[in-house]
Amino acid sequence: MERLEDAVLDGNAIGGLLNEVFGTEMTTAVGTCGSCGMVAQVAELAVYLPRLGTVVRCRNCGAALMVFVQVRGVTCVDLRGLAQLT
Amino acid sequence: MSPISRGFHRRHEADEPPGRVPPGQYVTSDFPVLSAGPTPHTRLGDWTFSIEGGRSPASWSWTEFQALPAETITVDIHCVTRWSKLDTTWKGVSLDTLLAAVSYDAPYVLAFCDGGYTTNLPVADLTGGKAWVAYSYDGGPLQAEHGGPARLLVPHLYFWKSAKWVRGLRLRDVDEPGFWEMYGYHMYGDPWREQRYAGD
Amino acid sequence: MARAAVRGRLNDPGGGSPRPPRLAWQTATVDSVADETPKVRTLSLSVPDWAGHQAGQHLDVRLTAEDGYRAERSYSIASAPGEPVAITVERLDDGEVSPYLTEELRPGDEIELRGPIGGYFVWDPVGADARAPLLLLAGGSGVVPLRAMLRHRARVGSSVPVRMLYSARSLAEVIYRAELAQPADGVEVIYTLTREQPPGWTGYARRADQAMIAGVAWPVAREPLAYVCGPTNFVEGVAADLVALGYPPLKVKTERFGATGTP
Repeated sequence: MERLEDAVLDGNAIGGLLNEVFGTEMTTAVGTCGSCGMVAQVAELAVYLPRLGTVVRCRNCGAALMVFVQVRGVTCVDLRGLAQLT
Repeated sequence: MSPISRGFHRRHEADEPPGRVPPGQYVTSDFPVLSAGPTPHTRLGDWTFSIEGGRSPASWSWTEFQALPAETITVDIHCVTRWSKLDTTWKGVSLDTLLAAVSYDAPYVLAFCDGGYTTNLPVADLTGGKAWVAYSYDGGPLQAEHGGPARLLVPHLYFWKSAKWVRGLRLRDVDEPGFWEMYGYHMYGDPWREQRYAGD
Repeated sequence: MARAAVRGRLNDPGGGSPRPPRLAWQTATVDSVADETPKVRTLSLSVPDWAGHQAGQHLDVRLTAEDGYRAERSYSIASAPGEPVAITVERLDDGEVSPYLTEELRPGDEIELRGPIGGYFVWDPVGADARAPLLLLAGGSGVVPLRAMLRHRARVGSSVPVRMLYSARSLAEVIYRAELAQPADGVEVIYTLTREQPPGWTGYARRADQAMIAGVAWPVAREPLAYVCGPTNFVEGVAADLVALGYPPLKVKTERFGATGTP
């Protein structure tokens, strides 16, 4: 069975999902954490995939930056944890 | 129109004891770990369980919590991602015991946890021998990856309601959606009526 | 989010390089299959509307069962830009998709995919990084995107020096073993076999650690570029070791696969 530590991925793992949501390649987009100000490329953020949804977190403070849940063909996107995404 | 993948099928085929498993579920002998964030590691000396928002809020330290009457129960658990695990054994304190220490008349709670996770439940689904704060699984201390030192255990609802790393309940007059509920998961989550998503 | 200045992404005002269009699922056909190891198979695909790819990118595969059940997984592209699209899949014992891809799928079968995906974990010998010595660090199936980089380097005739450290459980589990045994000029492949070594083995025989990384890494003064790919624990340990050696974090690119071996 999968060890939990190995289950934490990075933004590369959701490149397809991000493309679907934003309409373009986003792993090189730069995000600023709304909680601690840490700046990082999306590819470097911590990605959790508990199968209920996708949670993208700041590696510095753990705050949830982006949450994606796909239900019945509709994707719910919560970007409130980000101060900025460029 | 997606092409059908010749010869591909779900990993698990139906062969479950009829009536034992809710619709759309398969039985696993694994105990999958699904997590929305890093595993918290709260020191027992810092751990408390609180019930807030009633007329007389209550809080227990780990030592106080361990001194409460506890039960050992064996239950089936059902995850919304379709796996069910039968005959799991837990030890914990009944929510009847905990709620009896508080004076309240609120109909709902929001459970809150280390790491920020929340989930909402009706108080009526926590009382009457239906829910526990569990600190032991399968005869040993509940491991951190499965929600230890203590998690909520509400086996008659989908397992996302059995919040890991639970630290308390906030009594509420309204049914306020928790973490997954905000994003479209069902507010109640009855596996027998297959209430996975809002609108089910 | 207070401000979302997604400049040039949602609609290109025309000032920058052409943005790739939104990816769409498309139907590909399996051309051929080749077993790399007892558990690993490479699938070569015919993708009618393939827009081309960069070394290091991946694609998403989607399977649909007759009852409508769907499963999606991501796989790194094993071939270089310009070569037919190929993916290398490791069969996981309790997997749902990998046993299908490695045991059931046959030449002529259709498979739905979208790609290429990814702009971060790519190697393209242009601009400032064109001459940087490459350090490629592979943990298990993490070797797949790095092999695409090696093939790309050979195809474009690049002469940047490359060292690859490849951590595998045993020689039998080394993917692309024959190909890596005959590396191109300027490429050095160093193995560490963590579980089982052949008789007479004088190479590394343990999990990657600070001393091993220090032993294989290009000196920082040569301004190298590092790509680390594999299970999360491997990637985080190796990346931390490189930064401790003085590698600028921006020069250490990481791609974490789950324990499942897929990104």
